[in-house]
Amino acid sequence: MLQILDLECVRGDLLLFSGLNFALESGELLHVKGANGSGKTTLLRTVCGLSHPESGKVLWQGESIWKQGESYRDELTYIGHLNGVKDELTVLENLRIATMLSGEQHSEDQLIDALVKIGLGERIDLPAKMLSQGQRRRVSLARLLLTKSTLWILDEPYTALDVSVIATLQQVIAQHLQCGGMVLLTTHQDVDIEGVVKQLTLSA
Amino acid sequence: MFSVINLMVRRDILLAMRRPQDVMTSLFFFIIVVSLFPLGVSPEMEILRTIGPGVIWVAALLATMLSLGRLFSADHQDGTLEQMILSPQPLALMVLSKCVAHWLLTGIPLVILTPLLGLLLGLAGDEIQTLTLTLLLGTPVLILIGSIGAALTLGVRGGGVLLSLLILPLFVPVLIFGTGAVSSMNAGMGVEAHFSLLGAFLVLSLLLTPWASAAALKISME
Amino acid sequence: MAAEQSEKKPTSWLRFSSPRNFYPLAGKMIPWFMGLAIVLVLAGLYMTFFVVPPDYQQGNSYRIMYIHVPAAWMSMLIYLLMAFYAGLYFVLNVKLADMMAGSLAITGAIFTFIALWTGAMWGKPTWGTWWVWDARLTSELLLLFLYLGYISLRAAIDDPNRAAKASGLLALVGVVNVPIIYFSVKWWNTLHQGASITTNKTSMATEMFITLMIMVFAFWMYTIAVVLMRVRNEIIERERDTNWLVEELGKEK
Repeated sequence: MLQILDLECVRGDLLLFSGLNFALESGELLHVKGANGSGKTTLLRTVCGLSHPESGKVLWQGESIWKQGESYRDELTYIGHLNGVKDELTVLENLRIATMLSGEQHSEDQLIDALVKIGLGERIDLPAKMLSQGQRRRVSLARLLLTKSTLWILDEPYTALDVSVIATLQQVIAQHLQCGGMVLLTTHQDVDIEGVVKQLTLSA
Repeated sequence: MFSVINLMVRRDILLAMRRPQDVMTSLFFFIIVVSLFPLGVSPEMEILRTIGPGVIWVAALLATMLSLGRLFSADHQDGTLEQMILSPQPLALMVLSKCVAHWLLTGIPLVILTPLLGLLLGLAGDEIQTLTLTLLLGTPVLILIGSIGAALTLGVRGGGVLLSLLILPLFVPVLIFGTGAVSSMNAGMGVEAHFSLLGAFLVLSLLLTPWASAAALKISME
Repeated sequence: MAAEQSEKKPTSWLRFSSPRNFYPLAGKMIPWFMGLAIVLVLAGLYMTFFVVPPDYQQGNSYRIMYIHVPAAWMSMLIYLLMAFYAGLYFVLNVKLADMMAGSLAITGAIFTFIALWTGAMWGKPTWGTWWVWDARLTSELLLLFLYLGYISLRAAIDDPNRAAKASGLLALVGVVNVPIIYFSVKWWNTLHQGASITTNKTSMATEMFITLMIMVFAFWMYTIAVVLMRVRNEIIERERDTNWLVEELGKEK
């Protein structure tokens, strides 16, 4: 279970939000809404452990994520604004290295399978610099089809994706929730996913 | 533990192979700086021979420093660095691997070129040998220390110049013992002390700097 | 965060680490330290020019030592103190510690510069050149570079939290390296047999020692006063939106 207790975040001298509380149980999705600059990305980065809050706690299975470190990161997959895709590497190489970086080993077939499902089957050997913005996004989202981690933190995952890929992604997320996973995501679009969908609106 | 080192080193070498101009630039810089000295100081071989070890060391130091700006910047820009920090593998180990790859790509070529540049500056055979060995031991120390500065200045405006201001003073001990080895050998005093000290610097920086750089990277990513 | 911590446990000594408590306290302390500094500097300068005898080798020119030596000592001690506050910041997570470190750096850099400048002025009559690459002056020069790096890094980062952490880490890295740099430069200097400015230590008379000590204390008082002033300015800048500061500034008028 993920718990946020009395969280306060600032950017520079500016207070983004304070006294934020929520909990996320197995099989639940939390859709974080809010205007630009309301601190959605900061919240997600704080929950990941990339940013430190001004005060408050982030607990995973009842223990502070700062104390757990590696064991928490093992359960976490974060996809931020940046795709982490290298221009010089091919699509397949990018996915292979990204999954190995998060400590997972997958066979060549599994990697290709994931890329086919997300609609990049014909481009696996193409250098990433030849891809469009949406296709790069898909390379980074392909990790979700492979990872075994429980908590997914997705910052605007739908950006630059076309409708068919969004549908595929929503299926993948729904399946993850069914298997007892947790998802924390931000998006300006409506979330049309089966399962327990909670909402949180940050006001600037 | 070794799998992550293996992965990161191979990844960085593969990336550099696909974009070789980055590595070549700092190598050419090294050659050009050294060849400016005969033009700027004097073409007299006696003078060049005296200042030669120092010139080559300072040029290697500057070339290394220039290349350090690239150590983390690409990974920072495309978001790979976030994934590295969130990876369950220890970040210090990944930083160490990146430094190893960086040394193989930029340090080793400098060391290989050193004998050639030594000849241009009229250094004798044993001088060249000693100088090359000091660079072999010294360049990884420069990269390891410099990685802290590179991590601290990540995404900071004027980062390149700032990086040099932060790390050049820290390079001084390596420079002193690197060039000192050649003068000490010429004075007939032996070079063991210099090599042991450079070795000690290398061991110390291998043990300490990856942690400092990892901490600096986390600070820079907040 | 620091403010909240101290409000929860007001009996702790950490309460002075809250800007709200520190600001008025520092304001009361500054005139005392500044006053002491002025009195001591005047006393020290009087001793320097009218009481201590001329050096039997260097004549009157050595009198600059009474500024050069204390400034050089201060420059090194302040670096250690700055690193100490940087460490304190990481351990206690108290912003005031970082403000102290940042304020000390500027004074440290100024003393380093004074030590270099007076060293050059001492070198001219003694060695006939403004600059000699002796071990002390060279170390002092490198120390100035370390200070400048620290100050520039702080200035280059806009976010105060990131600036605090990044510069704090740099100070800690620097303080580990300072002994190594110092030892290397000393070693390099003996190899090249460079000149060194020293005064004959065995002949140091009591009044010379006293003068030196007066100047050291004067510099300490000055350092404390200006660092407190700088920290207060920093507090005004960072807490400009809080109510307590507005009230506090109202009282001062």
